[in-house]
Amino acid sequence: MIQFAVLMGFVLAALSPMLNHWFGQRASLVLALFPAGLAAWLALQAPEVIENGSLLLEWQWVPSLGISLTFLLDSLSLLFGLLITVMGACVLVYAGGYLKDHPDLARFHIALLAFMVSMLGLVLADGLLTLFVFWELTSITSYLLIGFNHADINARKSARQGLFVTVAGGLALMAGLVLLGIASGSWSLAEILDQEADLREHALYTPMLICLLLGAFTKSAQFPFHFWLPNAMAAPTPVSAYLHSATMVKAGIYLLARLHPELGGTAMWVGVLSVVGATTMLVGAFLAIHHTNIKKLLAYSTIMALGTLTMLLGIGTEYAMTAFVTFLLAHSLYKGALFMVAGILDHETGTKDVTQMGGLRSVMPLTATIALVAALSLAGVPPLLGFIGKELMLESVLGADSFRTLLVLFAFLASILTIAVAFIVALRPFYGKRHQTPLEPHEAPPGMLLGPALLALGSLLLGLMPAVLGADALLTATATAISGQTVEVALSLWYGINVALIMSIVSLGLGFLLFRRWDSVRGKLSVLAPVMRHGPEAGYESMMNGIVHFSEWQTRLLQNGYMRNYILVMLATLIALIGNSILLRHSPVFAVDLDVRFHEVVVAGTMVMGALFATISRSRLGAVVSVGIMGFSIALIFVLFSAPDLAITQLLVETLTVILLVLVLFRLPRFSNLSTSLERIRDGVVAAMVGILICLLIMTSWSIQQFEPISTYMIENSAPLAYGRNIVNVILVDYRALDTLGEMFVLALAAIGVIAMLKLRNNTKTTDSSKVAAKEPYDG
Amino acid sequence: MEPLMAVAIGLLYATAIFMMLRRSIVKLVIGLMLLSNAANLLIFTTAGMTRGAPPLIPEGMMLPPSGVADPLPQAVVLTAIVIAFGVLAFAVVLIRRAYEVVKADDLDKMKDTDT
Amino acid sequence: MVKSGTIILNTAARFLMPLQLMFSIFLLLRGHDEPGGGFIAGLVAAGAFTLYLFAFGVSATKEVLRMVDPRDLIGVGLLLGMISVVPAWFMGQPFLTAQWWTIPVIDFKASTPLIFDVGVYFAVLGSVTGMVMTLMEVDKDEP
Repeated sequence: MIQFAVLMGFVLAALSPMLNHWFGQRASLVLALFPAGLAAWLALQAPEVIENGSLLLEWQWVPSLGISLTFLLDSLSLLFGLLITVMGACVLVYAGGYLKDHPDLARFHIALLAFMVSMLGLVLADGLLTLFVFWELTSITSYLLIGFNHADINARKSARQGLFVTVAGGLALMAGLVLLGIASGSWSLAEILDQEADLREHALYTPMLICLLLGAFTKSAQFPFHFWLPNAMAAPTPVSAYLHSATMVKAGIYLLARLHPELGGTAMWVGVLSVVGATTMLVGAFLAIHHTNIKKLLAYSTIMALGTLTMLLGIGTEYAMTAFVTFLLAHSLYKGALFMVAGILDHETGTKDVTQMGGLRSVMPLTATIALVAALSLAGVPPLLGFIGKELMLESVLGADSFRTLLVLFAFLASILTIAVAFIVALRPFYGKRHQTPLEPHEAPPGMLLGPALLALGSLLLGLMPAVLGADALLTATATAISGQTVEVALSLWYGINVALIMSIVSLGLGFLLFRRWDSVRGKLSVLAPVMRHGPEAGYESMMNGIVHFSEWQTRLLQNGYMRNYILVMLATLIALIGNSILLRHSPVFAVDLDVRFHEVVVAGTMVMGALFATISRSRLGAVVSVGIMGFSIALIFVLFSAPDLAITQLLVETLTVILLVLVLFRLPRFSNLSTSLERIRDGVVAAMVGILICLLIMTSWSIQQFEPISTYMIENSAPLAYGRNIVNVILVDYRALDTLGEMFVLALAAIGVIAMLKLRNNTKTTDSSKVAAKEPYDG
Repeated sequence: MEPLMAVAIGLLYATAIFMMLRRSIVKLVIGLMLLSNAANLLIFTTAGMTRGAPPLIPEGMMLPPSGVADPLPQAVVLTAIVIAFGVLAFAVVLIRRAYEVVKADDLDKMKDTDT
Repeated sequence: MVKSGTIILNTAARFLMPLQLMFSIFLLLRGHDEPGGGFIAGLVAAGAFTLYLFAFGVSATKEVLRMVDPRDLIGVGLLLGMISVVPAWFMGQPFLTAQWWTIPVIDFKASTPLIFDVGVYFAVLGSVTGMVMTLMEVDKDEP
């Protein structure tokens, strides 16, 4: 019943305001027990999952309709699940300190818990559509979290941007998943991954892959969709640490890894993923050193990491798979820690600008240590986990089958830049001369240090002893799951002296050099600013503005407030569509049956005369009487043509209509001629065309009978089954009683509407109107 | 009879549309009445018209005489007539209220939401 | 606008209304077999009240109706319509499946379609009478 436990998270999210009320500031700690418990459960499943490959946890939700919520727990989803829950617990504890005394802490808890549950659902889902639903839920909750400080226009704008980009991608993803479901004939990931048929050969492979990649790339901020991620830094730092480094942005990566065994390895897959990934990696690292805002620095380096992961999936070799899982884990650990450190710095000094900070080591030694460990892991310095990840990454790039030179060059440049970023983040604020900061800094409270300390410790421990707690077994199993074949690359700090190690050492040196000359390099890079303004974000902006302009234009054009324009547009459409199909699809040859009696012609003629006179009459009374004459003629037609019930109803309604009009219409102004004669001619032409169209429609429908009338059944069974001899009434109260019930409600609503409109006016007249009139001259 | 009715209903539609395109709201109401009657007749006629054979089963019988009129369009039109009356009542009262507020019977003067 | 109180109208209304109401019930009950039914019967009854309204005015009509507001009739009608849905459910059949019971002594066929038709009757009667009555009330208030 893990499904139940996961979905309970939504309930917990809804209840969290109450928890806030009971536990006050400690609510974060209480809530952190939820992800911690789930993490423990997941960890306990690990041995079985590693041994058996995967577990299918099925929960029949609505068994009679075949609706179930099935979770697929294999090593890949287990790894992601552990990341989400462990990071979630750390972030919740951290947020308790970071947002201490924040009036909206409860709202934060709701959104964060909801996000956590959605993300867990996303990585655990077995059904394609379940996956999609959770995918969209992460987009929405992420929107709420980025826009947490909703009073800030910038936060709102960034939240909207993130939402638009990821939801647009989500749309493509849905198309991709549907295509995948059609192509594979199954909506269950487990079945798709198990089946023999090769989807790579399927005719839908290319469109499916394009749609899926669009979804994954937008979510995981791949170039050129990367721009929303740095803007998402408007969120509170715990959100950035959680969503925008460790979890949500990796959803796209997760999807690609998940589908790799079925879809990966083709020329298109390798080409697109390696090149886009490598480009993203370099662009992210390059853009990072432009910024002095510590969160932006980290955001761009996250883009770098996401690009690296995509590239590794594209390369697809045994080494690349091991590198992928190691890099993934290492990145989540150090980037989460670094974001939390950034939050501490912001919280304690009051600035996010690294050039404004310096020498903080003496006042916040613990933070400085954590930052150093995490940053060294980012830089890829032994003996941290980041080093292993980077080593394996360089190794796989060197062993890539396609685009090797390009990938090696990009990876080398990106690692130099990344090392510089790592030093900027870890050394700049803590070493050197003390700067004056807006707030007087001191060590962060223990709650805020616990999370990053745990994560940094994890980087160190896993680097020194990859086998601790069976971590390497899980990573190898995950690599095997992604690759589809058995992967046996052991994790180790020492692979011997090879090209990768030499590249690593050289890049460390160059990176440090870049760090020392960062200020002057940044100055030189500012020359590029005008070029930067024409990046993908500018494209997004102009597209959004274009949509707004287009909407304004079409609203002005179509919703102009002139009633008759609306009617004319509708009628023109009607004439065009129906006229077209009558004239083209059916030969306009009608069976003309002129079996007409004299009295029938008189009645029909009277009816038409009544209608025509109503049109030309200059007085209201004349028009009402003419319409009445028409109505009674119609009643006569019903009498003549075998519809006694209709005739009675028509007579009664006609009488009541006259009464109604007498009561209302004569309160209204007299007829006036407001249109010009040109307008009258235009309206006359349109009216005549509609009339001809209807005439043709009746003739056509009368001469064609495509199906046996359903009333045959009704006529035959009326007496035997429904015990009624008036078939019309039997239809009304028995065969089609549900329709009649609906019509009763329509009539009742119309009556209540009429009574309300009249009575409410009476009330305002007697009580409020004098006050309203006094306040403002109400001229309508 | 159907060709004759087709022409007659076409004429009813034409008059209804013409009235609905007028700017005076009172004429709009007249147009609405013409339109609902024309639509009822349209449904009634397209099912075919039968003389002197109402869809009633004589007492003691299980089936009506063969060739009775189709009861289904009659049932549909019967409710439509009553509903058309309800909608008409709603429309005229709405127009009456609008006239009281806006003090104009010209639809073109009612085109903005804030008047 | 509407002047009440000419002698012929008053006399006619006084005699016609009970007749019309009885006729409407007759139409309602025979509706399943002969022309008639809830819609028609409801309209006839509404016509009866409208005639009375024109003859004696709103307050007199309200007296005739005693405690019953036409709006309540709308509610009663819709409620009866909804109630007729339920019995089939207890019999394990789809909603709205007609159920028939014969009341032995007077040999009267009681059924859910009849309940439903009575619901239609009250809904139509309440709606139309409510609308006309409210309109006349407002009419009276204005010069």
